[in-house]
Amino acid sequence: MADTFIAELCDRIRAAGAKRAPLRVRAGGTKDFYGGPLSGEALDVSRYSGIVAYEPKELVLTVKAGTPLAEVERVLDGERQMLAFEPPRFGAASTIGGTIAAGFSGPRRPFAGSARDFVLGARIVNGKGEDLSFGGRVIKNVAGYDVSRLMAGALGTLGVMTEISFKVLPRPSMETTLSFQMDEAAATKQVNAWAGQPLPLSATAWLAGRLLVRLSGAPSAVSAARAKLGGDEASDLPGFWDALRDHRVEFFNNPRPLWRLCVPQTSAPIPTEHPQLVEWGGGQRWVAGPIDAAAIRKAAQDAGGHVTLFRNGDKSVGVFHPLQPALMKIHRRLKDAFDPHGILNPGRMYDFHGEG
Amino acid sequence: MQTSPASEALARLRRVQPPLAIIADEEGLRPFETDAYIVHRETPMLVAVPETEDQARAVVQVCRELGVPIVSRGAGTGISGGAIPRHDGVLLVLTKMRRVLEVDPLARTATVEPGVRNLYVSECAEPHGLFYAPDPSSQSICSIGGNVAENAGGVHCLKYGLTTHNLLAVRAIDADGDVLEIGSQALDAPGFDLLALITGSEGNLGVITQVVVRLVPLPERIETMLAAYPTVRQAAEAVGEIIGAGIVPAGLEMMDRVVIDACERSMDMDFPKDAGALLLAEVDGGAEEALDAMERVRAILERCGASEVRVASDAVERAKLWKSRKGAFAALAQILPDYYTIDGSIPRRCLPEVLDHVFALAKEYGLTVGNVFHAGDGNIHPCIFYDANKPGDLERSEEMGARILERCIEVGGTITGEHGVGIEKLRQMCVQFRAPEIAAFHDVKHAFDPTDILNPGKAVPTLKRCAEWGGMHVHGELPHPEIPRF
Repeated sequence: MADTFIAELCDRIRAAGAKRAPLRVRAGGTKDFYGGPLSGEALDVSRYSGIVAYEPKELVLTVKAGTPLAEVERVLDGERQMLAFEPPRFGAASTIGGTIAAGFSGPRRPFAGSARDFVLGARIVNGKGEDLSFGGRVIKNVAGYDVSRLMAGALGTLGVMTEISFKVLPRPSMETTLSFQMDEAAATKQVNAWAGQPLPLSATAWLAGRLLVRLSGAPSAVSAARAKLGGDEASDLPGFWDALRDHRVEFFNNPRPLWRLCVPQTSAPIPTEHPQLVEWGGGQRWVAGPIDAAAIRKAAQDAGGHVTLFRNGDKSVGVFHPLQPALMKIHRRLKDAFDPHGILNPGRMYDFHGEG
Repeated sequence: MQTSPASEALARLRRVQPPLAIIADEEGLRPFETDAYIVHRETPMLVAVPETEDQARAVVQVCRELGVPIVSRGAGTGISGGAIPRHDGVLLVLTKMRRVLEVDPLARTATVEPGVRNLYVSECAEPHGLFYAPDPSSQSICSIGGNVAENAGGVHCLKYGLTTHNLLAVRAIDADGDVLEIGSQALDAPGFDLLALITGSEGNLGVITQVVVRLVPLPERIETMLAAYPTVRQAAEAVGEIIGAGIVPAGLEMMDRVVIDACERSMDMDFPKDAGALLLAEVDGGAEEALDAMERVRAILERCGASEVRVASDAVERAKLWKSRKGAFAALAQILPDYYTIDGSIPRRCLPEVLDHVFALAKEYGLTVGNVFHAGDGNIHPCIFYDANKPGDLERSEEMGARILERCIEVGGTITGEHGVGIEKLRQMCVQFRAPEIAAFHDVKHAFDPTDILNPGKAVPTLKRCAEWGGMHVHGELPHPEIPRF
């Protein structure tokens, strides 16, 4: 069954390559909003779904890429474990493959690691229709280049993931959220100072003068940290972190262009005329509203970061931050090697052969 | 007029401004003929020792124009032969690029040149209550550039990750002589994750000239326990129970009977006489958190049949418990002067089975093997002892090592958890990967190094070599008969 699906996938991609016919890799379709314009014939991989192997005592999970994220989380939850990068679920149909292809991580990211950090291995079909496996199902592995982590965030432009192995982590037994009144600059400084101490921080968010800090861990750790940090318990915000993670909080509930600023965590505030929601200890800042793409990109770049037009807006200004020529050269060569006919999700990330 | 590549390269490198340290005389070259994989040696054509990125870049440009291979090297502590030079190539030694450019305590980052020693980064971070987590056993001498090139691990990976999890950015010179700024000071960077590729690339994708590492808080409290078990199997079960209980210890190290005996002889550790395995468990974090975790781990260790559990009450006792682990290699070296360390990584549940296989092989080959390993993450380090003065002993130990690695692959593991492929495990790469996967690795290399001048012949075997060795693993029918296998 597995082999049939993958063999057919290889055939399909080879045939498309022969005709230079673009393919749009697709599963749940919940992230169609993300990246450059969609083009090509839909290549549905959602059918390839299910848990391949799960060893809770090894902290290792292998799943087929079309598995719904909700199912992955349900299975892990049954063993009191989790995907520690806390990926957003932009709809019930979200799949694990789409999540990794987009490289999305949620509120826990600065404290636990990113989506790619937890990838241990990947089986892919490249643009030549070859079924390839990289990495593995073990925690430590340095055999060969780390192609499986390369797939995270590559938006399916280098290959179609079919199976992915992850390191998973125990779910913390206790969580609590503290609330503080602070301006953005003070909040950024404070959370970074706390992050330099052995505290069980697991998420931060700042919006409109209020800083929220989540603590997660053993009850002993959480209660000790709570006593140390002060603030008030944020009992008025049940389900806040889940809602933030899935972009269901009020801030995101509008059709305006949504910009994602990824900057060094300690960067000074980057003011715009629109409100900002600051996550990741200052490392991820959301701006909702029409702004000048070149200006915001320059501001973020000067701070050492980059900007993505995450959702909505005019994508003709470029969705992703332009790459330096030397890096674009490497990108182009990788793209040409993995997808020599340029059929996998063309235009979804960069126009590799255009102006850059 | 005909000139040799060596004299041409020497002449060109001597024109680099500001002048570059170059070693070209036989006597001076000899110390560079191997790294810590000392069973193989080769004298380099030339050694260049840049002090700046510009000088390193000039070396790359000269070599590219002349088609001369470059092998980059840091402290030379790698044990898979990744930094062994070539007789027809330049050895680029980066140990003089050793400035710590910045430690930013609030951002918890350190920006360093590649020649900075691993431990020195933590020493610089310590006044700020921070440290650099990856701690390979050579951390007092190994360099950060080499750590990135090898994706170095250590004894605290289960909780703190490998090098790849503790980097933010790398500056590297590709084979075209372009400086690549990979990653950033932010938590991610646009485009493909080239940071993942260059980490562990064994000097094949670029010459690393600067690294930004992540620093993490020093734990407030560390609790260390040492448990003795009658068998490796029981100790391995205890490891599974600890992790299954939702605890992620900072370290979980195991030692077998051979190692216990060696430690007992040289260090007088007074372990239980019947101990077949020792498990060293360390938990850390905030004071309450660590204490709480220690109580839980201790209960599990006892429940799983430990004949004795020792808990360190202070730093002195902790150091004493670690002594058996850290001094294990030295203690083992007293058995026989020469040993060969294996670096297989396996699903942890397979530990007892694979170790039984290792013992059976030791018997078959008539060689002594001691096992010290990172039990928490299934990374095994069997040490095979041999006598280099005994003809054939080294070859037999290498053959036995190869068979251990092949067993690791069979149980779903990998041939190297943290030491790298280098030249040592090229042959097993042909067993672990199929031809199109090996070809994809070459594609990755050629994106950074189209003409194969950066550490050629290391880390990834050519398909031709795999075919010659006859080790190419074929799962069922060959999916792509058009790929040349020779």
